[in-house]
Amino acid sequence: MIKMEGLTKTFPGPTKGTQITAVDNLTLSVEEGEVFGFLGPNGAGKTTTVRMLCALIGPSAGHAHVNGLAVGRDDTAIRQTVGILTETPGMYERLSAEKNLTIFANLYGVSDSLGKAGEYLKLLGLWERRHDPVGNFSKGMRQKLAIARALLHAPKVLFLDEPTSGLDPEAAKLIRDFIEELKSEGRTIFLCTHNLDEADRLCDRVGIFKTRLLTVDTPANLRQRLYGRRVVFHLRELNPVWVELARGLPFVKDAQAVDSKLVISLDTPEEHNPTLVRTLVGAGADVQFVGELRHSLEDIYLQFIQSEVGAA
Amino acid sequence: MNRIRTIIDKEWAEVFKNRLVLFTVAFLPLVFTALPLGILATTGSLMDTSGDVADLPPSLLAACGAVKPTECFQIYLLNQMLVLFMLMPLIIPISIAAYSIAGEKTTRSLEPLLATPITTLELLTGKALAAVIPAVLATWGGFLLFVILAPFVGASAAATGAILSPIWLLAVFVAGPLMAVIAVNFAIIISSRTSDPRVAEQMSAVLVVPIIAIIFGQLAGVITLNVQFMLSAIAVLFVAALGLMYLGVRFFERETILTKWK
Repeated sequence: MIKMEGLTKTFPGPTKGTQITAVDNLTLSVEEGEVFGFLGPNGAGKTTTVRMLCALIGPSAGHAHVNGLAVGRDDTAIRQTVGILTETPGMYERLSAEKNLTIFANLYGVSDSLGKAGEYLKLLGLWERRHDPVGNFSKGMRQKLAIARALLHAPKVLFLDEPTSGLDPEAAKLIRDFIEELKSEGRTIFLCTHNLDEADRLCDRVGIFKTRLLTVDTPANLRQRLYGRRVVFHLRELNPVWVELARGLPFVKDAQAVDSKLVISLDTPEEHNPTLVRTLVGAGADVQFVGELRHSLEDIYLQFIQSEVGAA
Repeated sequence: MNRIRTIIDKEWAEVFKNRLVLFTVAFLPLVFTALPLGILATTGSLMDTSGDVADLPPSLLAACGAVKPTECFQIYLLNQMLVLFMLMPLIIPISIAAYSIAGEKTTRSLEPLLATPITTLELLTGKALAAVIPAVLATWGGFLLFVILAPFVGASAAATGAILSPIWLLAVFVAGPLMAVIAVNFAIIISSRTSDPRVAEQMSAVLVVPIIAIIFGQLAGVITLNVQFMLSAIAVLFVAALGLMYLGVRFFERETILTKWK
């Protein structure tokens, strides 16, 4: 659905003859129906990448295809088939919510522009405020309206640039729930976000990007790759003998004592946890409860970004 | 065509909610129409007196022919006012067009607009027409009001005839719209290169300089507005309008606008 090969974008630098590379040799594929999280710090080149994929700016080198259409060759057709939520909502503040949407529906050639605008205004809970100037709307309402604008022409691919940035928790949840709904409809979503918890919840795969692609995988695989899988045994009290006992089991890769907890690294906890529990209980351990130790996507993200900074 | 119509609709819906622009479109034609009417009212009382018109430009005196010297003087004054009807379609659209690109930049609404399948030509045509149409209609409306009221405020029969002469009709109905097209495209070019609508508006105002030059040229007797002058001016304006439309599209670089504007 989205394919990039060696996609590169450079801009003229502050001094004559110098160049700044915003996106460097990006090769990536996003499949149909996938929600792909594009993660990176400010100034990493995420927005530049989205602008290239939406045929708003041209690449300096490399190729990209969206919906089978080539960036740089089929730009008008690409813009017809993708929806974009830009970093700032960019609504016409003096105009009503309904007018804002009908203008864009007409520009996209939607046949029943007023009907379609009404449909999304109802869906996002803005129907009662449809005649109000957007300048009177809260940030969350504007963001919802901007998402509706991106969806009016039923795009197959949706680019969302920081959809929940600066929203209060309630508005952010509403937007996230809506993205989940879009995901269930089978739309391909390219999500740029700083909100790693959001990416973890919504994305099938994530790419960590800072001018170049540092890594790409599912959040679960990234955890596995960096930290392996770990199980935490909460015990009434910890006897050091049990640590050695656990280490002696053939499927255990490592065992550590942390306070009164026993942290055990292994590949398949689903298969080996019952054996572990039986062994520890048999040795006299009072097991209070057992859980998987999950590293957040934030840990993974920071590890990649910091190692990139260190390498630089 | 549908996208151009949508842009015009959008521009009108938005721009006419701006009080400053609305004031310019509504108030300026009234002032520029009232001014020559006031002059007619003042000079109307002179019609029964005989005056010395020896200082009037010889070309005008020759054109006046058998017309009474005082009527000839009224025509002379009216011809100075003709330029006002050429200024109107120049000034009005500048304030509308200056907001068209730079205004979108300040509200950050240009990126979503450029993300639609609209072409640069469609976008600029829509924005240009949205500014030209009200300017031309306001000018024509002012002129119509002037033609209707002139006889009632002291215009002689010769003066009324002069208002409806080919020079006036060419100026109002051909040169005026061309000047509006020039003004709008110039403002759009400036507007594309600056991020502040006020800067765009002020820089675009430089276009009134040639018109002011015509006013002074007339007063000094160097320029006489006749059909030949008007046809030559229309030819120049036509070429300038086409050139600026071409440059407007060329200078509108989506990438520069999106990435350089802060």
